[in-house]
Amino acid sequence: MNKASPFGIRQILALFLLLLIATLSLAKEAAPLAEDEVVEKRMVAISDEMRCLVCQNESLSGSHAELAQDLRREIRTMIKEGKSDSEIKAFMVNRYGDFVLYRPPMKATTYLLWFGPFLFLAAAILVLVNYLRRRGARLDQGAEGVEGALSAQEQQRADALLKQVEAKR
Amino acid sequence: MKRFMIPLFLFVVLLGFLAWGLKPGYDPHEVPSPLIGKPAPAFLLKQVDSNAADFSPEQMKGKVWLLNVWSSWCVSCREEHPVLLSLSKTGAVPIYGLNYKEVRGDGGFKEPDVETPESNAAELALGRRRAEAWLSQHGNPYVLTAMDITGRVGIDYGVYGVPETYVIDKAGIIRYKRIGPVTQESLEKKILPLVKELEKS
Repeated sequence: MNKASPFGIRQILALFLLLLIATLSLAKEAAPLAEDEVVEKRMVAISDEMRCLVCQNESLSGSHAELAQDLRREIRTMIKEGKSDSEIKAFMVNRYGDFVLYRPPMKATTYLLWFGPFLFLAAAILVLVNYLRRRGARLDQGAEGVEGALSAQEQQRADALLKQVEAKR
Repeated sequence: MKRFMIPLFLFVVLLGFLAWGLKPGYDPHEVPSPLIGKPAPAFLLKQVDSNAADFSPEQMKGKVWLLNVWSSWCVSCREEHPVLLSLSKTGAVPIYGLNYKEVRGDGGFKEPDVETPESNAAELALGRRRAEAWLSQHGNPYVLTAMDITGRVGIDYGVYGVPETYVIDKAGIIRYKRIGPVTQESLEKKILPLVKELEKS
């Protein structure tokens, strides 16, 4: 033990531990965020699927906008009243339109939205098939017209050159 | 030649879309209201004037009228206020006010955790004082103003930003919704012609 210090490493460690325990005992158990966890979970599940009208890049569940808070409260009340998820969804859509839904419903005005990508895919496949067919036909006809291929004349020259090389060996 | 026509065509289409996105007055954040063509949601609210009876849109049956959502803390409302004032002087169409969350909408106020009749009365009184002060300072274009203290009526009307203005016809159907401040241009091009047409029917 160091004579200059009245405390050894053990005592200091013990003091540290004591202080640590003291701070731990001050920590309270986390207060529940909402009175009713089931209601809260359903509210979050519903509002996660909805767009906040004020900050339109945020979901209704994650937004701090005042209107979002009001609407979350409204949804909570409806859940407590025993309304179904689809009733709550209808409540929101009646007021703010399909715009609030992150998953647009399937209906006449949204067919293009839902099937548009497949239309593009189908068009691309048609173009590809058409191109491959034409290319195949051109290859079958012979080298004529295929880019980078040799014409009959060029082929003859190439053969002649190869023969020359072989003759020199 | 065909080789260049296809990309050129695609580029022109793209330009068309871009031009459409840049057209003046187009706001991509504007949410088209599903309430157009539907009956104006019913409500019964206290007025700014504490001596007046409660106001309900039912009382407006048979008249074409404007419902203007405003608040003293709303900055854009100050922008449209002169337009509304001059409109009210012409008497072309009556303007009714819906004061939206006068106290709560103001960032400084903390909502009570539990609403009691006393806290509600105190909030209403404070809201009336603020609304009255604002109207006497800036002028009052409204026939009357109903107090939507909690913002619950605003939710029924799909209000998501003040100011908003609704044109409601004689049968109580919402015919048009203006999101954002009413301008002289929107008044002359859209609102007044619509009001005239609705008056005829």
